[in-house]
Amino acid sequence: MNLNDLINHTSEWLKGTGPNSDIVISSRIRLARNLQKIPFPHCANKKHTEKVLKNMEAAMSSIDYLKSAALFKLADLESVDKQFLIERHLMSLELAQKANSKAIIFDNEEIIAIMINEEDHIRMQVMQSGFNLLEAWGIISKIDDALAKLLPFAFSADLGYLTACPTNVGTGMRGSVMLHLPALVMSRQINRVLAAIAKLSFNARGLYGEGTQATGNFFQISNQLSLGRREEEIIDNINGLIRQIIDQESQAREVLISREKAFLEDRVNRSFGILKSAYIISSQETTELLSMVRLGCDLGMIKDIDRRAVNELFILIQPAHLQKIENKKLSSQERDLKRAELIRDRLKI
Amino acid sequence: MLCDLCGKNPATVHFTEIIDNQMQELHLCEDCAKQKSVQMEQQFGLSDLLAGLVDIDKPTKEAEALSQVKCENCGLTYADFKKIGRLGCSECYAVFKKYLSPLLKKIHGACHHVGKTPAKVTKVLKTKIDLSTLRYQLQKAIEDEAFEEAAKIRDQIKELEKKGQKPSKKE
Repeated sequence: MNLNDLINHTSEWLKGTGPNSDIVISSRIRLARNLQKIPFPHCANKKHTEKVLKNMEAAMSSIDYLKSAALFKLADLESVDKQFLIERHLMSLELAQKANSKAIIFDNEEIIAIMINEEDHIRMQVMQSGFNLLEAWGIISKIDDALAKLLPFAFSADLGYLTACPTNVGTGMRGSVMLHLPALVMSRQINRVLAAIAKLSFNARGLYGEGTQATGNFFQISNQLSLGRREEEIIDNINGLIRQIIDQESQAREVLISREKAFLEDRVNRSFGILKSAYIISSQETTELLSMVRLGCDLGMIKDIDRRAVNELFILIQPAHLQKIENKKLSSQERDLKRAELIRDRLKI
Repeated sequence: MLCDLCGKNPATVHFTEIIDNQMQELHLCEDCAKQKSVQMEQQFGLSDLLAGLVDIDKPTKEAEALSQVKCENCGLTYADFKKIGRLGCSECYAVFKKYLSPLLKKIHGACHHVGKTPAKVTKVLKTKIDLSTLRYQLQKAIEDEAFEEAAKIRDQIKELEKKGQKPSKKE
């Protein structure tokens, strides 16, 4: 697999299909696993991390799910490649820092991604389009079982899967759902919703996970607790919470349409208009405007463009993607020009 | 828009800082943003929060002795753990078990795993898992005052303990 081939390929999670895909962008399950006795990456020397990488490389060739997958060593990647993979949600910023024996494995569809020697020896994720955590769990659990037959996972009878950070111990599982909540934001109800989420021991983050701001009205909701509950129970709890947030967003959308239709149509079409005609545009402005366009698609106010095309744009307009498309390094001013050009081209009717 | 810090280059990176409930937006050029991100890494992180949760109520003398406890497998001391908020290896969990349990209870509200187990485990670990599960069920049954059920589980535990492996009670 060549990284450049990914540019013309839409990740499975961006397809805008699956349950509740008007409000839910994607669902993701992540499992943290470590090998017995080998020090965790932050404590390990080169010999240790090399060993983890070798064991994982050997294991992946005999696992059906990973037969089509490619492995990239971080040491072999340019910084723009790393940024590119982060933008596609295939790896974390943490993996991009300090290369020592780190690697990323992902399959053709970009459903499965496995980070080697990040905070834990193995961090695997399965991403699905729409509201679909259980299906993601089904897949990742099978990969986990296949790996467990080949690699001696660090597991304690009392504490479950042992992880570098005590906040992940037990199931080692984090389930997260990416939501698009423009109506809750516009009607100023979002803070009430976020406060309730925090009270229930769930996390809310921005588009790019930990420490990122919620731009474009995107929120990533995930469980905080990983110990003392079965995986299915944790997923059930997240699902219950997400269903309520979906209801709230749907209601807020209905209220906006019934009471402030003109205001909404103005915002949506004005945003669409700027995107179709701008010659210089930043990624932040694009994200905010695209959020309105996506809402317009969901509500049938914009009919000439589908949700998938809008979803794709959110990723294509990111800095590393633009540079990959142009196949050269671009300064931020050059990017703003190219970004506007790409958007005009994609939204041409 | 020019960079808020150097005032020379155009601002292309935007972020929001919240200090003491005061929100401040910063618009920086790429160079200043890079410097700022280095500063941010050095700032207060999750590990500090975790370290704050660890033995707040321990008297200083005991806490001092505690910080010398060391994992022989990876060399991490309890003091290291408090500083970085990360364990060094899988063995650390056994070494620091006594001190970790209250922390885990604070973080997760529980200190017993009830989820899936590895698809392939050794016989010894299998027995340990079964015993651990039964002991957990016993505790639950006693809490729920289901004493008949508790007696049944206790017998199962005894039987399992007798069987060849004889894992120590502490596990």
